[in-house]
Amino acid sequence: MIVRILGEGQLQVDDSASAELNSLDAALETAVTAGDEPAFRTALLALLDRVRALGTPLPADALEPSDSILPRADADLDEVRSMLTDEGYIPG
Amino acid sequence: MSVMRRVSLIFRAKANKALDRMEDPRETLDYSYQRQLEMLTQVRRGVADVATSRKRIELQMNKVRQDQNRLEGQAKQALGASREDLAREALARKAALQSQLTDLENQYHSLQADEEKLVFASQRLQAKVEAFRTQKETIKATYTAAEAQSKIGEAVSGISEEMGDVGMAVQRAQDKTAQMQARAGAIDELMASGALDDVTGTPRDDIQAELDSMRGGQSIELELQRLKGEIGTGSAQAIEGGAPAADGAAQPAPAEQPQAGEGA
Repeated sequence: MIVRILGEGQLQVDDSASAELNSLDAALETAVTAGDEPAFRTALLALLDRVRALGTPLPADALEPSDSILPRADADLDEVRSMLTDEGYIPG
Repeated sequence: MSVMRRVSLIFRAKANKALDRMEDPRETLDYSYQRQLEMLTQVRRGVADVATSRKRIELQMNKVRQDQNRLEGQAKQALGASREDLAREALARKAALQSQLTDLENQYHSLQADEEKLVFASQRLQAKVEAFRTQKETIKATYTAAEAQSKIGEAVSGISEEMGDVGMAVQRAQDKTAQMQARAGAIDELMASGALDDVTGTPRDDIQAELDSMRGGQSIELELQRLKGEIGTGSAQAIEGGAPAADGAAQPAPAEQPQAGEGA
């Protein structure tokens, strides 16, 4: 599967990693829903670290859409929340 | 639903909107390509804006360092003239400038990081735009409108995702540089007013000076000791080789005594 980290680019990650990434993603979602900033930061960084460790960067001229997209490491909680609800947030 | 999935769906919805806009899907290719070129221009402008902002902060950092050096020179001269009170004042101002310098340095590094990220983003987008242009011509030459549909969908949603990503980065960088420009403007004004530097110039707010000396008290004591030590070993040299503001600080007494003089 292809995962994009916003601000960093796309990575090819083997499908076998799905279960691990999904559980990290679930922790992230819980933290966002709870509005728990420290838990949110920890969960986001853990997920990004795993994706970076497991993934291989796609070539710059690749045109494939991503299967999953992740916020950038320094995104704040409100930003991610509005990203999940407000379509107008993303330009283009 | 998961965060990863939801964000990607929102991006995809954006891309689909662009695809639905045109009657002939091949027109979508040209429309998207136009938008890509615009976005490339925007990113490059973003890089230039951040660089300008960074250079401005660099100039301010240099100015603050110069001011610190001059204040230290003044402190040395004041001590040479046995005016410890004036030396203390100069060192207090030097200490106050240090927090400003630290703040500027942080801003500088943050802008530098943003600039690097935007440069990478623009290189990535550039590569994708070129790949898209090639694919666009192939699709137009090879397929009929009906056949082209799925090929176009893939290419357009891939690049529109990239544009969304880059677009957010540019927007963020612009917001941040605007904020920093405003702060930089305020610092420029403060510097121009002379409020930050000259010991022999207009007297500064006493309370602020008191607060500054409380904050920087300890380090000022240490610096006083150090300067006294230096003067003890070679006082004549230290005074003659003084800083550019030597004229004002070499005869510091008049600046402090006008009231006494008036009464007499």
